[in-house]
Amino acid sequence: MRLRRWLADRWVMGVALLVLGYLTLPILVVAGLSFNRPTSRLSYDFNEFTLDNWARPCATADMCDAVVRSMEIGLIATVVSTVLGTLMAFALVRHGFRGRSGINGLIFLPMATPELVMGTSLLALFVAAGVPQGFWTIVIAHVMFCVSFVVVTVKARLAGMDRRLEEAAMDLYASEWQTFRRITLPLVLPGIVAAALLAFSLSFDDFIITNFNAGTTVTFPMYVWGAAQRGIPPQVNVIGTAMFVIALLLVGVSSLRGRRTRRAALAVIATPAGKP
Amino acid sequence: MTALAHLGGASPTTPAAPASDRRRRHRLLPYLLLLPGAAWLLVFFALPLLQLAAASLYDPAGSLSTGYAMTWAVGNYPDALQAYWPQFVRSFLYSAIALVLALLMGYPLAYAIAQKAGRWKNLLLVAVVAPMFTSFLVRTLAWKTILSDNGALVGLLRDVHLLGPDGRLLATPVAVVLGLTYNFLPFLVLPLYASLERLDPRLLEAASDLYASPLRAFGRVTLPLSMPGLIAGTLLFFIPATGDYINAELLGTPSEYMIGNVIDSAFLVRLDYPQGAALSFLLMAAILAIVFVYLRRAGTEEVL
Repeated sequence: MRLRRWLADRWVMGVALLVLGYLTLPILVVAGLSFNRPTSRLSYDFNEFTLDNWARPCATADMCDAVVRSMEIGLIATVVSTVLGTLMAFALVRHGFRGRSGINGLIFLPMATPELVMGTSLLALFVAAGVPQGFWTIVIAHVMFCVSFVVVTVKARLAGMDRRLEEAAMDLYASEWQTFRRITLPLVLPGIVAAALLAFSLSFDDFIITNFNAGTTVTFPMYVWGAAQRGIPPQVNVIGTAMFVIALLLVGVSSLRGRRTRRAALAVIATPAGKP
Repeated sequence: MTALAHLGGASPTTPAAPASDRRRRHRLLPYLLLLPGAAWLLVFFALPLLQLAAASLYDPAGSLSTGYAMTWAVGNYPDALQAYWPQFVRSFLYSAIALVLALLMGYPLAYAIAQKAGRWKNLLLVAVVAPMFTSFLVRTLAWKTILSDNGALVGLLRDVHLLGPDGRLLATPVAVVLGLTYNFLPFLVLPLYASLERLDPRLLEAASDLYASPLRAFGRVTLPLSMPGLIAGTLLFFIPATGDYINAELLGTPSEYMIGNVIDSAFLVRLDYPQGAALSFLLMAAILAIVFVYLRRAGTEEVL
């Protein structure tokens, strides 16, 4: 009887841990394969331990070119979509205006549309308009699908913010601009940083939309896709593992920073007025 | 002239001017903030959809090099469907099975993190999102290793006679469905977690005080309260899974191909834009129809 109670209490956690295992398993395999010396290019089985792949990650030069290109595209797409999306989020949360539900629909639709349809429709547009496909058409496409995610992320942060902090600043004679710079922005910043990280990872990882709009330009996911037919060099797993580690570190740092900016904003409110 | 000046509002010399200027600025501000983003979405999201609709009605006899004539060839739709209905059916079948599997795995996971994890909550959440930090394609290729014919998993399944001596997982529907489940599971778990996190455990205590069995309490309290997250998660899982072709390509064979593989090859290999466009629109229409019926049945307006 006691065992049954204990089991009833714990089985949910047990199932959850199994599912987490299922989610984590491929990452462990990617990390393991990054230390593998494969028997042939088309073999996916573990053969022999080696540090070569980590020592010379750019042994296949075209792969590293693709990684660099993905980073360039990701950075540009992140900056543009974060700026556009943050402005939109402010308009949606802070202002009442006509046509708001239409705008909400315009932001929601790209998230509900299959990537395949977005990819093919952009291809149809670029071809019909005679725009040559390449680096910049990829950037345009990435900004397009990142904007919605930025809006949603920043909106959530803005909506959860305590308006009284801003009102307090205004009561203490901070100007509109001072309030924005010293209170609003620091408080929203963690949301904006999270949105930017999300945009970068969406852009860096996108395959489907990129595939239709890349022309002959090769990004990292497109390199992997092409290599899957010719044989994957083990360095691909090095990049995969390195990305994972870097992203984990970034998440750690940004969550720490988030806590610090929140504390800083509270400190500003607490200090006497008139001394910006 | 003076009349016009009056219509234009207060003249700059009147003392009331700064306030009304500021009010006008405030009325314009949201539109200024929205303009760049909305314009981007209109030009690069909405306009392309119109262009795709047009392309789906082009003369199918044309080609990319000679150009396409607009002939309002509505026949492209039934033709495309007739040629590729098995891939269509397969797309929806595979994602439906994957969705059921994902619900069976994702609900307990979301529930455990939201209600049982205590101080481990954030760590477990990161563990759910963490797989997405590694490239989608690289992770999917890792499944090739896990499911490989001489891998440990297949060996184990053969030993316990769940698989025949020549049985395999890779290049079968099982591998493709497993890949779909794996790749889109986090999209189901996160919204589900968000709504389960808001569930007040005291409601469950109350239910058990009133002699509800755990199962009944789940059905009458937990499940209805998690509905918004469940609906959002289901859609976030189902829509990309149906349009996916990476899993079918990397983990399956052409006999597991989904409609995405066909659309990809129509646009990029066969360069048959009218057919590819018609197939894209059929996919979107089918998904929209399913989503619409589903939302009607689920009877809620609160999505995302």
